[in-house]
Amino acid sequence: MKFGIVVFPGTWSDGDCYYAIHNVLGYEAGYIWHKETDLSGYDCLVLPGGFSYGDYLRVGAIARFSRVMVSVERFAQGGGLVIGICNGFQILCEAGLLPGVLLPNDHLQYRCQGTCLRVENNAVPFASRCSTGQVLKVPISHYEGNYFAEEAVLREMEANGQIMLRYCSPQGEVTEKFNPNGSLHNIAGIINNGGNVMGMMPHPERVCEELLGGDDGNLIWESINDYLHERTE
Amino acid sequence: MTISTKELNKVALSREEYNFIVQKLGREPTEVELGMFGSLWSEHCGYKYSAPLLKLLPSRGERVLVGPGEENAGVVDIGDGQVVVMKIESHNHPSAIEPYQGAATGVGGIVRDIFTMGARPVALLNSLRFGPLENEHNRYLFNGVVGGIAGYGNCLGIPNVGGEIVFANCYSGNPLVNALCLGIAEKGKLMKAQAGAAGNVLMLVGADTGRDGIHGASGLASRTFDGEQELRPTVQVGNPFLEKLLIEACLELVQADWVLGMQDLGAAGLTSSVIESVAKAGKGVVMDVLRVSRREEGMTPYEVMLSESQERMLVIVREGCEDKVKVVLERWDLCADVIGQVTEDGLAVIREGEKVVASVPVSLLSSPPRYRRQGKKPLWLEEVQSWEASSLLDLTVGQCNETLLRLLSSPNIASKETVYRQYDHQVMNNSVVLPGEDAAVLRVRGTEKGLSLTCDGNGRYCYLDPCAGGAIAVAEAARNLVCSGARPLALTDCLNFGNPEKDDVYYQMEECIKGMAQACDMLQIPVISGNVSLYNETRGEAIYPTPVVGMVGVIRDLEKRCTMPFKDKGDRVFLLGGEGDGGIGGSEYLEVMHGLVKGKPAIDLDREKQVQQCCLEAIERGIIKSAHDCADGGLMVAVAECCITGGIGLSGKEWCVDDRLDVALFGEQQGRIIISVAPDAVTEIERLACKYHVFLDYLGQVGGEQLSLEEYICLPVEELAKAWRRGI
Repeated sequence: MKFGIVVFPGTWSDGDCYYAIHNVLGYEAGYIWHKETDLSGYDCLVLPGGFSYGDYLRVGAIARFSRVMVSVERFAQGGGLVIGICNGFQILCEAGLLPGVLLPNDHLQYRCQGTCLRVENNAVPFASRCSTGQVLKVPISHYEGNYFAEEAVLREMEANGQIMLRYCSPQGEVTEKFNPNGSLHNIAGIINNGGNVMGMMPHPERVCEELLGGDDGNLIWESINDYLHERTE
Repeated sequence: MTISTKELNKVALSREEYNFIVQKLGREPTEVELGMFGSLWSEHCGYKYSAPLLKLLPSRGERVLVGPGEENAGVVDIGDGQVVVMKIESHNHPSAIEPYQGAATGVGGIVRDIFTMGARPVALLNSLRFGPLENEHNRYLFNGVVGGIAGYGNCLGIPNVGGEIVFANCYSGNPLVNALCLGIAEKGKLMKAQAGAAGNVLMLVGADTGRDGIHGASGLASRTFDGEQELRPTVQVGNPFLEKLLIEACLELVQADWVLGMQDLGAAGLTSSVIESVAKAGKGVVMDVLRVSRREEGMTPYEVMLSESQERMLVIVREGCEDKVKVVLERWDLCADVIGQVTEDGLAVIREGEKVVASVPVSLLSSPPRYRRQGKKPLWLEEVQSWEASSLLDLTVGQCNETLLRLLSSPNIASKETVYRQYDHQVMNNSVVLPGEDAAVLRVRGTEKGLSLTCDGNGRYCYLDPCAGGAIAVAEAARNLVCSGARPLALTDCLNFGNPEKDDVYYQMEECIKGMAQACDMLQIPVISGNVSLYNETRGEAIYPTPVVGMVGVIRDLEKRCTMPFKDKGDRVFLLGGEGDGGIGGSEYLEVMHGLVKGKPAIDLDREKQVQQCCLEAIERGIIKSAHDCADGGLMVAVAECCITGGIGLSGKEWCVDDRLDVALFGEQQGRIIISVAPDAVTEIERLACKYHVFLDYLGQVGGEQLSLEEYICLPVEELAKAWRRGI
């Protein structure tokens, strides 16, 4: 089982993802440079956070055209697991691998803070270790995390169970008060229709050790690992 | 030919300095030479006024590997084969003119100082000063500066873990933006900013050179100014994405043994970078401005030499290895130009193709004149210091609650969460204690250790008593680290003052530095790096003398770290170190409640040392459960902060105030720490306090939902929190 962490110019949570996946959890992981095209040997791709290409123009808009993305698309189409975190989520939306788009936060400020996330659908490879309704504590750090999609698209996503995580209170209530950026339907993380591509704005790689304030993030990585093991068996 | 005063002003040289240059050269300097002298002899680069005073600061210590002025930043050994590289730097003047870019490039500049040395930048802090936010322009500056720090720092992926923000009238129109960066490197793997032997090749890497920031060092940072519009082009524009690439590329380059030196381009651009690196090697240089890639056409040699375009780095490589540098940079989509070569003759020869546009001895460029002036205590200071509390009515018992709420919601004391939540403080996965505490704590990977970081300075204290204020800045920073369980290791300072050519400003500077030196000696904390920002004035009015101290300490065992919030019901709360009468002179209380900035702050460094050692031993032995520096706003504010952050109350009994109530509750005596201990640890803490001969006053017991102290204070924690959180 090997995680491949994609590195664009300007990516900065590549090291954090590697540390969480490899050093904390002991899974195999490697970096994939944005100019590479051969993704053989990887079982799950991680598009980490950061400011790919400075996020000039529009978040993720340049990164989606980098060479590696053609391979990422092919990997996803073949059913491979892809997880995009923060900037990675934005890139996946730009690339059309996930529906919708991430707009600037409604308050027009960057936000780095703890958030609570309610698991809406645990019947996906990324959340099998969680129970539906469980509240995870995972911090955010972004300027463009305000999820938007057309009403019809949202309806379909809701019906398909594609909303995986929503911002909520520590008790799990999904209310406007606990929405940190104006996201429609308090959306923090979604999956594609095929269930193999996931994007989330919060940073699970930041909460994998009690020393750093919690380890809820491990549930995501462990879920992925479980799924990959089951698939090979 | 005689040069006009206007032209001399442009390069910030005095007539005497100009005549001296002519005498040494035996001729008039060329335009390029004049620009080079102006910037290298500016206060910003040359420390004309401050250098003699900076020598007063102790900079030696067994762990100090690189002291002030030797390299781009100071270096201190943290054990386990690792070193910390640290420096603080101001970007006050650019931020006054264009707050977003000024602050952003301030962050960019200090980060380059750290990775130039081969260290991975792992933390940013900043110390900010503004005029009151009721004023629209101040709010514009505040929002711009915070936005710039966030915009640049967040893009780099370096956590911004702490700092301080203070508001006072004197900073209206002249905000202070001091940025600190700390990096970690392997011991013995540091890069020097040195050109080495003749024949070595100078390469300029990173951004192309444009017309931005010309005269930044001489014009903006080294004289007072008014009429900001006209100066806007002297502020640089930052590109954090490019800087991020430059960090990664340079940290790859330092691994190679054919890369011999690195020097970033900051104030005075190519001029200071090239000249400083060859001066350190005692060599000369020949370079060609035509080889420098430009952003725009028609740039003159003068503009190329003085441009302060950001995100550039001078890399010195062994001859023949130029292409190897290019290979590394290409991977990051960056370019490199070969611009010159180190020579033996000690001359700085700047060419534009075949034409020589400057040819002067490096030693002359790099030895600016030094001015040691005679400071004089100003008369007005006597007057403000002679103020007596007795001229003021004491608080009545009935006023205490309201006063506490007012202080908690005053901008200087209130929570700064609305600011720091705009900075990424967790990236890199090392942040153990987040902003909002006395000190930020980072783990050091692969060890059990933690690094504790803080930034402190109180301009009001320094205004009222520069010497005591300087000492307090050092003592308070150390106290903050101690509260987290760290042993202070080293400090970096940013000295922000007005125009040093004025007697009272020079006096302030001299006294502040003396005070800092006394505290450094007493607490045995060396100064490893720093920066001076002078001419902070608007319309002839100087800012408060504001030395800012950035300090790093080591927590031996992270498991033993300590934080501010009260923890568990039943814990006993004590004031460690309370003793004698500190008065209310210079306090936040006096300014907020009475509109007075008067009195004479004081510090007893002996007692300070005892208190800090006692607290540290108590934390290291696991006796205490929380510790919080008792500082701005005094005892009641400190206790309220422990309640708010802990989400739990305190009930105080057997309290008696025999002196003035305002002094007891809101006086800002130094050397005090609020601690809480489990009930069964009371005897131990008492024994420890005895051992160090420090006072230990019982305050009460943790629990409930209220902060109550006899008949004086009785407020729900929720109400305290509300006041504290609405301040900014």
